[in-house]
Amino acid sequence: MSWINRSLALLALVFSVTGAQAQTVGRTPAAAEIAAWDIDVRPDGQGLPQGFGTVARGKTVYAENCEGCHGVGGIGGIKGGLVGGQGTLTSNHPIKSVGSFWPYSTTLFDYVRRAMPYPAPGSLSAADTYAVVAYILSLNGLLPANGRLDAKTLPKVRMPNRDGFRPDAEFSQGYIP
Amino acid sequence: MQVPPDRNHVPSVRPTRRNMLVAGAGLALAGPATAETLADIPDRAPGAPLSGHSERSSYVKLSRIPEAGPGMRHVDPADAINSKAPLQELVGTITPSDLHYERSHSGVPDIDPDVHRLLVHGQVERPLVLSLDDLKALPSITRTVFIECTGNGWENWKAADPTLTVQNTHGLVSNNEWTGVPLRILVDLVGRSSGSTWMLAEGGDGAGVARSIPLTDEIIDEAFVAYGQNGEPLRPAHGFPIRLVTPGLEGNLHIKWLRRLKFGDRPWMTRWETARYTQLQANGTARQFQLRMETNSVITSPSGTMKIKPGRNLIRGLAWSGHGRISRVEVSTDAATTWKECRLVGQALTKAQVRFELPWDWDGRPTKIVSRSTDDAGHIQPDRATLIAQTGTNALFHYNAQQTWSIDLSGEVHNVLD
Ligand code: HEC
Repeated sequence: MSWINRSLALLALVFSVTGAQAQTVGRTPAAAEIAAWDIDVRPDGQGLPQGFGTVARGKTVYAENCEGCHGVGGIGGIKGGLVGGQGTLTSNHPIKSVGSFWPYSTTLFDYVRRAMPYPAPGSLSAADTYAVVAYILSLNGLLPANGRLDAKTLPKVRMPNRDGFRPDAEFSQGYIP
Repeated sequence: MQVPPDRNHVPSVRPTRRNMLVAGAGLALAGPATAETLADIPDRAPGAPLSGHSERSSYVKLSRIPEAGPGMRHVDPADAINSKAPLQELVGTITPSDLHYERSHSGVPDIDPDVHRLLVHGQVERPLVLSLDDLKALPSITRTVFIECTGNGWENWKAADPTLTVQNTHGLVSNNEWTGVPLRILVDLVGRSSGSTWMLAEGGDGAGVARSIPLTDEIIDEAFVAYGQNGEPLRPAHGFPIRLVTPGLEGNLHIKWLRRLKFGDRPWMTRWETARYTQLQANGTARQFQLRMETNSVITSPSGTMKIKPGRNLIRGLAWSGHGRISRVEVSTDAATTWKECRLVGQALTKAQVRFELPWDWDGRPTKIVSRSTDDAGHIQPDRATLIAQTGTNALFHYNAQQTWSIDLSGEVHNVLD
């Protein structure tokens, strides 16, 4: 692969000659612009927005926005993946759902906020996103019926399969789950 | 078989079989054309006018097959999650752009490049917004690499459906020439902080597909933001106007419709690196960040559902490895008992597909044919028993076991496990 390194070294040379122009490539985004696009959420909670949502409110949000595809109570829809499957991961037909497989509750918030509801991603408010996430977690027995979630409490919901992942050393950059 | 509707065309008067067929064709009874003697070959005639765009020959039918999960084939395209490349019809190593396999999580967005932007931010000194023109103004590289969905091969984890073609079993890999801006240039432009060891790459599709990419030396040296595919702008299905290319690594990391790169000090644990694209092992734990696509190969001809005749046959196939360059491909025509080294056709490039060939005289007796590749890092494509012993049958992704095709007495070729 040394040809790659060689050509990259050459590229770097070409580029450093024009380095003075570097500042003129692209433009600096305003902080508000970045904030509008900065939707990712990490397991430590970084990226979670203000606001809160309750399981009770989430039931309504779910009925209005999700049930058509994911089924009543997360069962029987055209798209599964929300509930069930605990205890199946070593069987011949493992069922990977939020409750049986997902290691981090924050991933659910991140994913619903970026990708769901499928026809109109990004259409839920932060409060309704917390609410529907709370509802899905309650369906999996991970929050009580009177539960509520916000930026502080969501990362603390420990998922049943939290310890089920083994990152490859070559690509994990020293990260230990 | 079709005669151009040309007034100047003088029908041949030679009493050939072709003329008899043409007479029949007047009644739209087109039988298979033959050219048993040179006299059967149609006369020359002026052809169609020149055009702004070359279509395939009307005699060539090539298409991908949209499919859903393992065992869920022949689905409505609206229910498909991927579309597989017709490996059995392709020659050489470059997959035509319109046949490059396709996988998406929320369809193919229709993006106007003038209003598409790439935001680069996070743990950097200078966050930047770049337009397509900005990217094109930067130094570029051009490189041929394979991209492979980690689901390639997933039909055969638990059982082998004998009706599958190589398109069904292995059509989730393709090989294209990509052009774009090296990641290293972007990294230097924004001034990545020394503590940022990961980069989130996010697409502008409905799902906002996002992956945490570890900033290893290899990835910083080799990844690039591509705007060119086989000499033209990317096709929409493949990320127009820009996608990330991470040579040798999981297809899902090659984020299409790229709109954001964010630097940070740990992985984000998106749905695609936790719930999806992790490999469940027999003990119930899942391998995560198994990003490299392994050493692989498949015989594309003769392959599933084809029929061969006794005598000389040319075995052909494709080999590739995310570890580097394919150094050797061997084929067994006696069910993995003895192996012969194949000729590699053309130059094997690192992290790209190479074609292999082996002439073979089939004696007409039932047998099994199978290929195995070795790369320049010394990795040998495993047989099925070895792979399954290591990972079980629930991994769903990263199936790179040797593919076996059985050949029965009549010459029919079928998918089998081993
Ligand atoms: C029009 C149908 C539709 C609606 C409505 C919908 N979804 Fe989905 N959902 C899907 C599809 C399709 C997928 C799979 C996408 C993929 O494979 O990438 C999915 C996947 C998911 C997943 C991931 C499941 C897994 O196993 O990875 C979650 C969680 C989810 N949806 C939550 C929601 C929530 C919450 C709502 C309502 C706010 C919602 N969905 C509304 C179609 C829908």
